[in-house]
Amino acid sequence: MQTYELFSKNTEAFIYNLKAAPIQRMLDFDFICKRSKPSVAAVIQPGGDGYHKAFFGTSEVLIPIYSTIAKAALAHPNADVMVNFASFRSAYPSSKEALETKTIRTVAIIAEGMPEREVRQLVVLAQKNKKMIIGPATVGGITAGAFRIGNTAGTIENIISCKLYRPGHVGFVSKSGGLTNEMCNVIGRTTDGVYEAIAIGGDRYPGSTMLEHMLRFEQNPEIKMIVGLGELGGDEEYAIIDAKKKNLLKKPIVMWVAGTCAKMFPGEVQFGHAGAKTGKQTESADAKNKALRESGIIVPNSFEDFDKTIATTFQSLNLPAINEPEVPRLPLDYDAAVKKAMIRKPTNFISSISDDRKDEPYYAGIPMSKLIEEDYSVGDVISLLWFKKKLPKYATKFIETCIIIAADHGPAVSGAHNAIVAARAGKDTVSSLCSGLLTIGPRFGGAIDDAARYFKDGCDKGMSAEQFVDDMKKKGILIPGIGHRIKSAKNPDKRVELLKEYAKKNFPSHKYLDYALAVEQVTLKKADNLILNVDGCIGVLFVDLFDSCSEFSKEEVSEMVELGYLNGVFVLARSIGLMGHVFDQKRLKQPLYRHPWDDILFL
Amino acid sequence: MSRKKIREHDAKKMLSTNLGRYGYADLQLEVALADAGSVEDNFQKLIRENPWLKTKKLVVKPDQLIGKKGKHNLVLLNADFDGAKKFIKENMGKTLEVQGISGVLTHFIIEPFVEHKEEYFLAIVSKRNEDTILFSDKGGVDVEEHWDRLIQIPVPIDANISDTDVKNSLGTISLPDDKKEKLASFIKALHKYFVDFGCTYIEMNPLAFSNGGQLVPLGLVTELDDCAFFKCESKWAGLEFPEQFGRKKYPEEEFVAELDDKTGASLKLTVINPDGKIWLLVAGGGASVIYTDTVVDLGYGKELGNYGEYSGDPNEEETYQYSKTVIDLATRKNGKVLIIGGGVANFTNVANTFKGIIRALREAKAKLQKNKMQIYVRRGGPNFEEGLKMMKGLGKELDIPMEVYGPETHMTKIVELAIAHMSGV
Repeated sequence: MQTYELFSKNTEAFIYNLKAAPIQRMLDFDFICKRSKPSVAAVIQPGGDGYHKAFFGTSEVLIPIYSTIAKAALAHPNADVMVNFASFRSAYPSSKEALETKTIRTVAIIAEGMPEREVRQLVVLAQKNKKMIIGPATVGGITAGAFRIGNTAGTIENIISCKLYRPGHVGFVSKSGGLTNEMCNVIGRTTDGVYEAIAIGGDRYPGSTMLEHMLRFEQNPEIKMIVGLGELGGDEEYAIIDAKKKNLLKKPIVMWVAGTCAKMFPGEVQFGHAGAKTGKQTESADAKNKALRESGIIVPNSFEDFDKTIATTFQSLNLPAINEPEVPRLPLDYDAAVKKAMIRKPTNFISSISDDRKDEPYYAGIPMSKLIEEDYSVGDVISLLWFKKKLPKYATKFIETCIIIAADHGPAVSGAHNAIVAARAGKDTVSSLCSGLLTIGPRFGGAIDDAARYFKDGCDKGMSAEQFVDDMKKKGILIPGIGHRIKSAKNPDKRVELLKEYAKKNFPSHKYLDYALAVEQVTLKKADNLILNVDGCIGVLFVDLFDSCSEFSKEEVSEMVELGYLNGVFVLARSIGLMGHVFDQKRLKQPLYRHPWDDILFL
Repeated sequence: MSRKKIREHDAKKMLSTNLGRYGYADLQLEVALADAGSVEDNFQKLIRENPWLKTKKLVVKPDQLIGKKGKHNLVLLNADFDGAKKFIKENMGKTLEVQGISGVLTHFIIEPFVEHKEEYFLAIVSKRNEDTILFSDKGGVDVEEHWDRLIQIPVPIDANISDTDVKNSLGTISLPDDKKEKLASFIKALHKYFVDFGCTYIEMNPLAFSNGGQLVPLGLVTELDDCAFFKCESKWAGLEFPEQFGRKKYPEEEFVAELDDKTGASLKLTVINPDGKIWLLVAGGGASVIYTDTVVDLGYGKELGNYGEYSGDPNEEETYQYSKTVIDLATRKNGKVLIIGGGVANFTNVANTFKGIIRALREAKAKLQKNKMQIYVRRGGPNFEEGLKMMKGLGKELDIPMEVYGPETHMTKIVELAIAHMSGV
């Protein structure tokens, strides 16, 4: 590469700070320019490593991520550009390091709002090390058909319509990044296209000046004419005039200085750019346009004539037409295609209970703020997320009562025991909890669903309690929800008493409970401990609740009983207790448990 | 954004408090700031905080970034506190016209009157590769008449002032050696302060030796780089950047400024001439300046109603609020053409922002018709085809004359068209 060239078709760059969108835009540009290799060699992300995945045409490429500039430079000695996406707070140290890195020749600083002094220090450092800075406060620049800095020139559609995928013969430089896009469009329409467009940024002290780029354009034999867009404030344009007068700029230059309207405003005006503020008379746009014109630079009468002036100047060059290359078609991104309703695909998942896509989460259509403001209870939340219904107060209170009742049953039951043993083995909370939960099943806590199912079935079929007991016996099934290891008719389970009492007082009807109690009367005749236990009681009462609250159809009730909702009540409730045991063991610093040999019969 | 001047009171206080840590301990400035509140409580708080006010001879002048104060009879010299109070009471709230801009007096700086003989000029200016220290032994109001006496001391950006022989550079000025020594050490400390406090410009005019032999900046202008805020936050503690003198805001401008504060996008509005016929609703910081330029360059600056821009991908609601404000101003009096312009957007979704504008136009149908407003649209960028199509449809729907162009038409062509139409009206 010649000294006057910054970028070629082989340029490789580092991206400082992982920015997925501009990286993809650079690679898309590479693809339509038919580059053989992507222009992004690596990403530098402080504290990061690994790879970033991006598309290069239709295939995917892995771009390495390094934690420091030094590591990246060592691994990629051919990369001589760094596009710095660091914020205005941290752009200085990273740019400084890049300018001090031997293999990096050009640094583009995107950040807007860097302190003046920091930029001035970088300018001096770059001069000393013979490096180029583009920016700060810029979108960057583009060398047609070769290399694009980040987001320069906008969408791929715009790049194609401006023919930036192949070089034309016009060098363009401006302060404004936004207008670079418009000017690529103007130059694309009025000439054979842009060779290179650079936006130096709107700061008072840009890292490189318009003149520096114009001098490069002057040396580059591929560039036949130069277009510049200046603005009020600063004295950049006078440096260009000086160079013109010294005959350092011989190619035709068409230039316009924006900001002629400033004279309409009272006092000093600060336009969009930090540098666009006039103090001295010579910094006004009118004065600059006049001085440029006097030096032999072609200046239109207003921006309105800019395109015509560029066109006439270009035509006078009489350049042969460019052989237009074919432009590869860039595959459409999935998201963009969906947005344009060009494709559709079936979803893999459905969800009907909650939605987190809006500004707050929704439970069964009810926004979080309403839940909080209207004092919804845990029982309400369970009804919404499990049953997709807002149930009456007595029902949600019942759900909560079940949770309170089933939350724990001492350390000796199998679930708690397992959780305690796991916790003492040094396992984390989730593992210990799961160890306990995995014991829940047909013999421990898992009888609620079955109890509900069988009692409901018997009751719905109109079987008498005796018939039901006989029927189960014939099938060889122990009646789920009947029987207790310790409790008996004479020593009733307080929990069952409380539940029965609540239901009788609050439920519109409790025929399934009554049915189960009738069955209990039959079984008690066989043994004193064959009582309706807590699983059975919760099971039948949930069926009563679903059946009587008039929120569910018959089919829905059957489905709910079949799906296993009710064991969920036990799992949810007992998780509270299990976690309590886990924390308790950890708090008490209990050591690993080993079961004693003398408690095991060895055969 | 970028360079901002601060009140002389704040500048003096900040300098006096901090110069010591840069190796010059002899600057102790007494300075007080009177505002409307001071008049209200009859200066009680001010006296509590600045007891010297009652014992010293005073100087009072407005402290609102107004240049050339002396020439407006606004400096009270060598007064006692009663005189100062009377002066402030008389002038507080008074309207003053400076170079065609009128503003209200709201702040006054009060300092001890310093007896002195020679007046000097000292400034530090930022340039691309260096800071330049400027010194003249003929300071005061007529400093510019003695510009040839200016001594320039460059301090390269990567150099340290400690390595600069300031005293020697002061060369030819006639000052006894001890005073020259003092001045040199003052300048060195001042430059370190200049660097450390994010200053872009400091001017002391006049700077003088008091009869007691102390260096005192009698006038002090300080301009800070507000981009250095994140580095200087604690040093600038509590500093506020006053509004430009005399710029009273229209309620619509204030409303847009509030909108602008609340969003990550950029929304700007300046009313230039409420009776104007040409109104701008333009996207983009750079493009908006060029549209405004073009109106002026084509000779219709006096008909221009506003300057403004929206950019940085504002959402539909923000664009609606902004457009509504501009359209309302445009239809209030003589508005005849509305220019909905913009360059080829980088990533702003043209269709989305147009939705906001369309909503505002639809609501203003009656007003637009009453004014016989003609609308000109030009825009490019993501989804521009859809945006332009919506605009065309709206023109028909509202029965309002509208011309719509895309990126194939030169950006400011619609200004020319609008002016041609307007001149015919």
